[in-house]
Amino acid sequence: MEEKIEKHTIAVLVDNEPGVLARVIGLFSGRGYNIESLTVAEVDNTGHTSRITLVTSGTRMIVEQIKAQLDRLVPVHKVRDLTDDGPRVERELALIKVAGTGDKRIEALRLADIYKANVVDATLSSFIFELTGTTDHVEEFIALMSQLGMVETSRTGVLAMSKGAAGF
Amino acid sequence: MPEQKLTGAQIVIKALKDQGVDIIFGYPGGAVLPIYDALFQQNDLKHILVRHEQAAVHAAEGYARSTGKVGCVLVTSGPGATNAVTGLLDALCDSIPIVCLSGQVPTHLIGNDAFQEADTTGITRPCTKHNYLVKDVNNLARTLHEAFYVARTGRPGPVVVDLPKDVQFAEGTYVPPTEVKHKTYRPQVKPELSRVEEAIELIASAKRPILYTGGGVVNSGPMAAKLLTQFAKLTGIPVTSTLMGLGAFAASEPQWLGMLGMHGTYEANLAMHGCDVMINIGARFDDRVTGKLSEFAPGSKKIHVDIDPSSINKNVAVDIPIVGDCAHVLEDMIRLWKARQKQLDKAALKTWWAQIDAWRGRNCLNYHRTEAVIKPQYALERLREALKGKDHYITTEVGQHQMWAAQFLPFDQPNRWLTSGGLGTMGYGLPAAIGAQLAHPGAIVVDVSGEASFLMNMQEIGTAVQYRAPVKIFILNNKYMGMVRQWQELLHGSRYSESYSEALPDFVRLAEAWGCVGLRAETVADVDKVIEQMLAVTDRPVIVDIIVDPKENCFPMIPGGKAHNEILLGPEDSPSDATPEDGMVLV
Repeated sequence: MEEKIEKHTIAVLVDNEPGVLARVIGLFSGRGYNIESLTVAEVDNTGHTSRITLVTSGTRMIVEQIKAQLDRLVPVHKVRDLTDDGPRVERELALIKVAGTGDKRIEALRLADIYKANVVDATLSSFIFELTGTTDHVEEFIALMSQLGMVETSRTGVLAMSKGAAGF
Repeated sequence: MPEQKLTGAQIVIKALKDQGVDIIFGYPGGAVLPIYDALFQQNDLKHILVRHEQAAVHAAEGYARSTGKVGCVLVTSGPGATNAVTGLLDALCDSIPIVCLSGQVPTHLIGNDAFQEADTTGITRPCTKHNYLVKDVNNLARTLHEAFYVARTGRPGPVVVDLPKDVQFAEGTYVPPTEVKHKTYRPQVKPELSRVEEAIELIASAKRPILYTGGGVVNSGPMAAKLLTQFAKLTGIPVTSTLMGLGAFAASEPQWLGMLGMHGTYEANLAMHGCDVMINIGARFDDRVTGKLSEFAPGSKKIHVDIDPSSINKNVAVDIPIVGDCAHVLEDMIRLWKARQKQLDKAALKTWWAQIDAWRGRNCLNYHRTEAVIKPQYALERLREALKGKDHYITTEVGQHQMWAAQFLPFDQPNRWLTSGGLGTMGYGLPAAIGAQLAHPGAIVVDVSGEASFLMNMQEIGTAVQYRAPVKIFILNNKYMGMVRQWQELLHGSRYSESYSEALPDFVRLAEAWGCVGLRAETVADVDKVIEQMLAVTDRPVIVDIIVDPKENCFPMIPGGKAHNEILLGPEDSPSDATPEDGMVLV
């Protein structure tokens, strides 16, 4: 009985206290779960809570287990499976540095325009593009840039939010 | 009233008192000197000086497990904290509430590789339920109260509070426990009623039901054990339990099938295998219980009651999950069962019991009785007889003797059986016995031990002597790490690699060297006499060296990777291919 591997985006609201990220990451490494991406930042600077967005994959049983294990951590307020919750917005931000001159440089700029990437730094021999979009969108752009002199990339990983009026 | 300022060390003492702590197990060192100084200047809180920090945690576990209260530990920084790690993980695996205070180098030195510095919160993160590093004395009282709350509520567990030395000296404000409410941690204790209703309907439809209970019933408190008994009697369902759950349902009850699992009884394991409705109350489908997962109780519907949602559907997918405290859930189950006038199919239940009685007829705990050598089972049978009717607690170390103790000693009450189940920590039994003895000074506390396990924490004899804890160390001495030897015999062609207990001390003279009583039984005729002498000692520890058959193996046994119905009953049952290749890798 081969069970299907599912990919899930999970949002976790935690107390922003020392060690909280280590608890989350330690859970994944200690129990052998996958982390495909993980982002974290404080979202409420009076209540000192941070929101972690993580993308993981596993069988349905493993994904349920991951959520239960996260929820059991003492500083965790809430765990939401955004994949199960229905339609959602997912975005990544990427910075991509492309170096070169001549035709490749012009082509890179033209593609950046098509992909709605902004130029946030420019020299005579390089650009840094800033691109926001879905993971697929970012990856398509990176694949193109890799043939046009891409020398560096930096990505935030996925941020996500359920669509509609309801809050977290 | 003006706010009274206290030093961090005074706040620690006050918080412990306000949390109802009467005994703390610990070992001093540089980074906890201010707390030891504060301890010195008061008389309410009794400190028990252990001989090794691992034993401090085990002793606190023994105290906690036998009283239902939180066990408390105090250790110094660096090696003090790292020595405590095994005990902390032991408490995590067996859900024992512990608060462990550890000293830390002063805040300005943290991260500087200072003398006796360790990243204690980092090291203990995966082996505690939660941990804290307190950097501001004004957060100290709140943090300590939170630590006790986290340790004892929900699924209990160990909590570490790391205390830098400067925080212990600094002055700050104390807040009492009543003013502390945890921001996030609110375990669900009351079940969803609709789930309980579903469970009742399913149970009522069962033809071959079984109650499979675990440590959760014990942790829930004595009321849960009472309710379990009530529910079992109300329905007539047979009851088995994990190692951790022994005593929650009285072994003297006719509905008791004995322990289940790898060394559980034939009837318990076969009943699990053949059941149509399994009611798991406070157990966690541990690998020692399930055996081969794909053949675990095939065709059964499963109800799982657990206070920890992450225990549900972890190893075994269940049909009706119920998150809640065992006592609350059982209370609802009983109420609904009565209100809806439920009854099991009497004829089916009769057939089921007839089948179970046939399994019981195999007399699976039988062993080769002989006058030539003391069988470990015989020694335990005699211990059982001698303890009958006496107020007693049993602790164990880990190995064959532990399984024999679980099989041969009956428990009619919860909190009387203290053993290291999840982690399987050799060296647990003696310190746990000391903890239990100090909590119950008038009771008999016996550490059923093996000679190898005893050596792991035997320094604690010193602690027992110092505090006049008359623990009985009942060593079933087979001169082997018996369980290792048994597996080597069954799975590794009898190549007894490093499992012989070479260079053993003379345990009688060892006892005498410590000012304890040392006794030895070498023949069957000695056993009763030695047990009688052991029980007569009430003012100091006793070490009893029972020389048992070195070749005896522990049966029944479900070999690794096998299903419940592939249980081996004795040596004649163990063909060389007892364990499949894929089972060999299992521990």
